[in-house]
Amino acid sequence: MNTRNNRNEKTLQRLDHKIIASLITPGSKVLDLGCNEGVLLDYLVKERGIDGYGIEISESAIYKCVAKGLSVSHEDIDSGLKHYPDQFFDFVIFNQTMQQVHRPRHALIRALRIGKKVVVGFPNFCHIRARLQLTLLGHVPITASLPYTWYDTPNLHFLSIRDFIHFCRDEEITIENRAYLTKKNTLKVFPNLLAYNGLFVLTCPRRTGQAATS
Amino acid sequence: MAEASVGIVEKQFFEYRGSFVLESEAKLEGFVLAYETYGRLNDERDNAILICHALSGDSHAAGWYGGDKKPGWWEDMIGPGKAFDTDKYFIICSNVIGGCKGSTGPGSFDPKAGSPFRLAFPVVTIGDMVHAQALLIDHLGIACILCAAGGSTGGMQALQWCVSYPDRIRSCIPIATTHRHSPLQIAFDEVGRQCIMADPKWEGGNYPEGGGPDAGLAVARMIGHITYMSDKSMERKFGRQLKKKEYGYVFTQEFEVEGYLRYRGDSFIQRFDANSYLYITKAMDYFDLQRDRSLAQAFSHVKNMNFLIIAFSSDWLYPPYQSKEIVKALKMNGLDVTYCEISSDYGHDAFLIEFEEETILIKHFLKKVLRKNVIAKI
Repeated sequence: MNTRNNRNEKTLQRLDHKIIASLITPGSKVLDLGCNEGVLLDYLVKERGIDGYGIEISESAIYKCVAKGLSVSHEDIDSGLKHYPDQFFDFVIFNQTMQQVHRPRHALIRALRIGKKVVVGFPNFCHIRARLQLTLLGHVPITASLPYTWYDTPNLHFLSIRDFIHFCRDEEITIENRAYLTKKNTLKVFPNLLAYNGLFVLTCPRRTGQAATS
Repeated sequence: MAEASVGIVEKQFFEYRGSFVLESEAKLEGFVLAYETYGRLNDERDNAILICHALSGDSHAAGWYGGDKKPGWWEDMIGPGKAFDTDKYFIICSNVIGGCKGSTGPGSFDPKAGSPFRLAFPVVTIGDMVHAQALLIDHLGIACILCAAGGSTGGMQALQWCVSYPDRIRSCIPIATTHRHSPLQIAFDEVGRQCIMADPKWEGGNYPEGGGPDAGLAVARMIGHITYMSDKSMERKFGRQLKKKEYGYVFTQEFEVEGYLRYRGDSFIQRFDANSYLYITKAMDYFDLQRDRSLAQAFSHVKNMNFLIIAFSSDWLYPPYQSKEIVKALKMNGLDVTYCEISSDYGHDAFLIEFEEETILIKHFLKKVLRKNVIAKI
């Protein structure tokens, strides 16, 4: 079970990393929030020639990042974002970590202040498999993108693709680009039912303007 | 071990003959700075790294003096293949003015007075120490150093380098340090100074050569050592262990920790000058990169530099929050900064002990700085 999940996660990761790479302008300045061991950043450095920075809470992961030649700050996403200048990064990546921070809305708004664009990736809690497990089998869903048991999950917040789109609308955040991921491919139809992960490129003209004048 | 060391080294002396104006506006008519170098300066003269030492350190950071049993104080970090790789970099470790390890300080001879300076020696600052080091770097024919690195007071010097000479330094590694001494740090320094000055043998600083306030200096060092350890490291190292099996109901050294502190105090008086202790701790207390501006403003003229900031979780003398303040100010200036809080039980002393973690961070950080430096020159 675990092996299969890990393999799925890796396939997914490679796919989402590839898609993220395709969304990032070559040579841009990128901050990865919760960069872990720097696999994505390192990939983006090699593939897109980015100037990469990371924020990461795990000490052991910091050593791995530094060994890859990355600049990384050992701190919490919830508190580590506020000191960068406005629009300092071309892209801020919030991939698979947004649902793990205490205050995701707060962090996302800060990310939109310091980044010209924000790339958000998260597991879809309302995938058909999750829905069936919840309603028919009566247990908390375990899927390819949500592989954790209830007692050891790093996820603090659970959301669907639809939830996120509504959230962006309410917050006046512009969705510039999006991709819906299955295990090995992307899809266009019924994403809230069939996609394991959602990837969004966001901008927020309103907040950028506010930050610039404040 | 032998092949991973720089081997036998020798202390060198740089003599500056010009007039040296201090931050206090007092003047020194020339000075001597003790230093050591390891590795080779390349033809481009751009691979120099300055190592700055802590309060009681000296220029002997690595290798052995002929006949000595103990190597330099950062032997684990400096040498072939080590964090500060002497196969790649030209390492300079400079002593500080005000010190007593071969550089001009209160114990030096004042030619005007015809006797040692003692308290007539002007009060120096971290800025003055760094200014003197910059003259040494000039003397070595180096326009720009690749990095300044150091722990504790050494970290303060490294930070001061960035603010004082931003065009002459490419990167900085401040370890277990602060951008300004806190009231807690000043308080401990003041208690140390009072120990010395309350010792009648201090004689207003005019103690004879070979004599001096040994008891006071030893107690100052004992207090220092307590602040360098942590509750946990002391528990592990000493516990409540007694030297004998039973309580003696006397005021001799009974607990292991007492013996350790006395030993540290007694060995310190063999190698350190009491007046120098006053001057260097005072320089630390004056250290404040910020003064009447924000710390971010203090770094505002620093451009294109890389920083590696290291703190230790159990360091209560220079707690990680102080390093985070530096990280914050650097970020606000858009500077490239890597920060790591190494989890360690060794307290402030960790910067001299946790060399495996420090090595990973420093080795790869320097590799990146070197690569960026090469790209910048093309």
